[in-house]
Amino acid sequence: MTSAQENPETLSVLDRPNSYIGKTVPRPNLDRLMQGRGLYVSDIELPRMAHVVFLRSPHAHAKINSIDVSVAKQMPGVIAVVSGKDLSSVITPWVGVLSHLKGLKSAPQSAIAVDRVCWQGEAVAAVVASSRAQAEDAAEHVLVDYEELEAITDMRIALESSTAVIHASLGDNLAFERNHDAGTVDQAFAESDQVIEAEFVFGRHTGVTLEPRSVVADWSAAEARLTIYQGTQAPHMVQNIAALHLGLKESQVRVVCKDVGGSFGIKVHIYADEMATYALSKLLRRPIKFVADRVESFNTDIHARDHRCKGKIGVKRDGTITAFEIDDLTGIGPYSMYPRTSAIEANQVVNLVGGPYVTKNYRARARVVFQNKNVMCQYRAVGHPIACSVTEGLVDLAAMKIGMDPVEIRRRNLIADDAYPCASPSGLRFEQLSHHAALAKLIQMMDYDALRAEQSARRAKNIHRGIGIASFIEVTNPSAAFYGVGGAKISSQDGVAVRLDAQGSVICQTSITEQGQGSESLTAQIVGSVLGVSMDRVRVVLGDTDNTPYGGGTWASRGAGIGGEAALQAAKVLRKNILDVAAAVLQSTPKELDIVDNGVVNVVDGASRIDLSELARIVYFRPDTLPPGIQPEFMAIRHFVPREYPFAFTNGIQASWLEVDTDTGFVKLLKHWVVEDCGTIINPQLVDEQIRGGVVQGLGAALFEKCVYDERGQLTNANMADYLVPMSGEMPDIDVGHVVSPTLESELGAKGAGEAGTAGAAAAVTNAVNDALRPFGTIITEIPLTPQVILTALGRI
Amino acid sequence: MTAVAISLVVNGERVDADVLPRLNLADFLREHLKLTGTHVGCEHGVCGACTVRVNGDIVRSCLMFAVQTHNATVETIEGISDSGEVSDLQSAFRERNALQCGFCTPGMLMAAQDLLKQSPCPDREQIREHLSGNYCRCTGYQAIVDAIETTARARTGRLP
Repeated sequence: MTSAQENPETLSVLDRPNSYIGKTVPRPNLDRLMQGRGLYVSDIELPRMAHVVFLRSPHAHAKINSIDVSVAKQMPGVIAVVSGKDLSSVITPWVGVLSHLKGLKSAPQSAIAVDRVCWQGEAVAAVVASSRAQAEDAAEHVLVDYEELEAITDMRIALESSTAVIHASLGDNLAFERNHDAGTVDQAFAESDQVIEAEFVFGRHTGVTLEPRSVVADWSAAEARLTIYQGTQAPHMVQNIAALHLGLKESQVRVVCKDVGGSFGIKVHIYADEMATYALSKLLRRPIKFVADRVESFNTDIHARDHRCKGKIGVKRDGTITAFEIDDLTGIGPYSMYPRTSAIEANQVVNLVGGPYVTKNYRARARVVFQNKNVMCQYRAVGHPIACSVTEGLVDLAAMKIGMDPVEIRRRNLIADDAYPCASPSGLRFEQLSHHAALAKLIQMMDYDALRAEQSARRAKNIHRGIGIASFIEVTNPSAAFYGVGGAKISSQDGVAVRLDAQGSVICQTSITEQGQGSESLTAQIVGSVLGVSMDRVRVVLGDTDNTPYGGGTWASRGAGIGGEAALQAAKVLRKNILDVAAAVLQSTPKELDIVDNGVVNVVDGASRIDLSELARIVYFRPDTLPPGIQPEFMAIRHFVPREYPFAFTNGIQASWLEVDTDTGFVKLLKHWVVEDCGTIINPQLVDEQIRGGVVQGLGAALFEKCVYDERGQLTNANMADYLVPMSGEMPDIDVGHVVSPTLESELGAKGAGEAGTAGAAAAVTNAVNDALRPFGTIITEIPLTPQVILTALGRI
Repeated sequence: MTAVAISLVVNGERVDADVLPRLNLADFLREHLKLTGTHVGCEHGVCGACTVRVNGDIVRSCLMFAVQTHNATVETIEGISDSGEVSDLQSAFRERNALQCGFCTPGMLMAAQDLLKQSPCPDREQIREHLSGNYCRCTGYQAIVDAIETTARARTGRLP
């Protein structure tokens, strides 16, 4: 780590005059979005562009006997009707495995199904026409002869010997298994005063980005180059994968990412229909546009969190937690997703259970199985909500069993704030967390004792309110340990190029991407602060593999911590370069000069010496007047990746205050609190809004969101009227507080904040519902907590 | 299918077009008039991203046919932005970071302006209720409610 003290030339960016770090400033370029003048992929039109519509399987599992496209091809506007076999001449299949997930297996997946479909919604043919409506009309006339096969839908039977194997070549339906055993679990349980077990059930849900997945692929035969316009979180990953499977060099593929209408992890993967669209463009030598409709989104956007997890906790009478044990089962659909794989979620569950607590005794098994449902993969806060709900649910059950307050049991077991660095029972290394400071702050913010008193008073009037607490840890700033070590070409480093233009403004190209989190803002804030340039003079360019440094993008809460540090370091170099030239021009020394408010000033008295615009004019247009031997470099580039810690863990705690109507089973959320520690806060408002947005996605999972499949593998609620997401009227106000423990791995000290809200929200709500229902002697360990689930638990239906 | 001639006013400009009867208003605005600020999120009238004003009332443009707007006055986010009608709301959204990806925002501003015209001093519950037909997946809604509350206060001279 480079400390500010070692380098007297530069004050810490946190301390510089007029620093934007730690300040709430509005994000640049919001007017474009507010005036309806953004450019989402669905807005893009190119000359000769055609539209593709995919005909999708109505069956969860079926053999394709034949496809008759003769009538469809004659329909008005139709350019081509393409099957999986036709497309296989242009694009190769893929297998979603990574070598560091030992034993993970999957079967080859094609852009369009060949011979067999494995989930309802898998594409069987592509219809390309002059308009989307014409393509949809023609798709109705593609005749597919299916032979329905047995659909394996229930993950609990997928591993039974009597169950058919979905991919015969794999031998069984087990995609991945991980076992972990740390400490002395059996002895710890034997020595416990109480051992409590429960099974936690999680509804399979999805991200529901308001803008569906969309792609425009434009193969230029003349340039032998493919331009992909796509709302992706990881442009360089898309470039790599598209090139790999189309037989191109990466330099032949450009990925452009303009405005993105929500991502949340849904848009960090490579989908079969997107691959098909790239391939169709190459095959048909023209731009092809694919925009999913909402039914397609529900049937093909990755799902997540379909878990059944048995949990066990041991506790002593004094509240000491002695051990955790879990047995997690998850169904991921028929293929491991590409290229990040579908084993990461279960792997994270094993990593994260028990993470906030002191006990070293921990045993875990996770099994990942194939089934004939839509694919499952990483969605916001991957694995965290499962791990947090299991851990925090068990802790509350333990507290209840020994008659201890939920806050008190946590106070007695959370890792002490001065115990760092240390490691979790699953071997994760923590640099510096702040569980106790966060807990103390939460209790104060929510006025815990007053709420307990209110709860008690209302209970006497038959009003059932509950308080739920959930501590959590969050994986952020992932190094190569996440994907790179397993062989995935997904960069963990990011780069930023900064240049002073001829009028003294700054152009900054970064490899992180923007989907609304504030990547542009944080980059401009950092660069402006380090350079001494006002934010309105900093323009940030991102989302274009031709015009940004190479990097990972924005996912896994990495943009601020990794991309932000690269911006800081690049700006420091440019600042030095500017001061070197200024010193030469002003016959001074760099140490005597600073840049403040877009101009070079004296360090001593702050007197203005030369405006940056004037310095730039000299450098670019009158270099002949510079002293001999000076070669100005008004552009600098730096990259950054964490090397010391595989992940920068953050921590936090959430609380929910709600009321359960025991007659209707409805839950009313009254208030929600979060205290989190993401290290250095670059823009407090943006961090708070990431937390709030994340919480609400977690609340959706807690109360509403579930992909309901029937036993034949049919998704029965694939529309927005039947699949419920949180609406404004049912969401509470959310108070957010912070503890700040910067990571010392970077000069910036920032960790991620994008997933903390989602990590703990459902756990807090479930604990609060169980707290509210205490007089009824029932415990619910299933989400979403629909009225049906609650009334069933109460024995009312 | 035979195209039908329609004549309407969109954002103050007269528009004449021949459209198929099955063409919905959202697609007409986006594909024929290139007014891409009207977003298509669900195409079945739930998400509210395609909210526009027809003859002064907010409607889901994905649930209305273009032919139904013959002789009507249609206003989109581009129109009410250029006229300055919602500039204070937009400013409040900017200051409060009441948008992240921005996909819901045009519809959200349409719905918010509709509320403030009907009910100049709504409380937070009323704001939340009125916005319940407009989904936002990014913000969690609180910032949007705050921005609308702030605008309502400012418009009615009740600045804090």
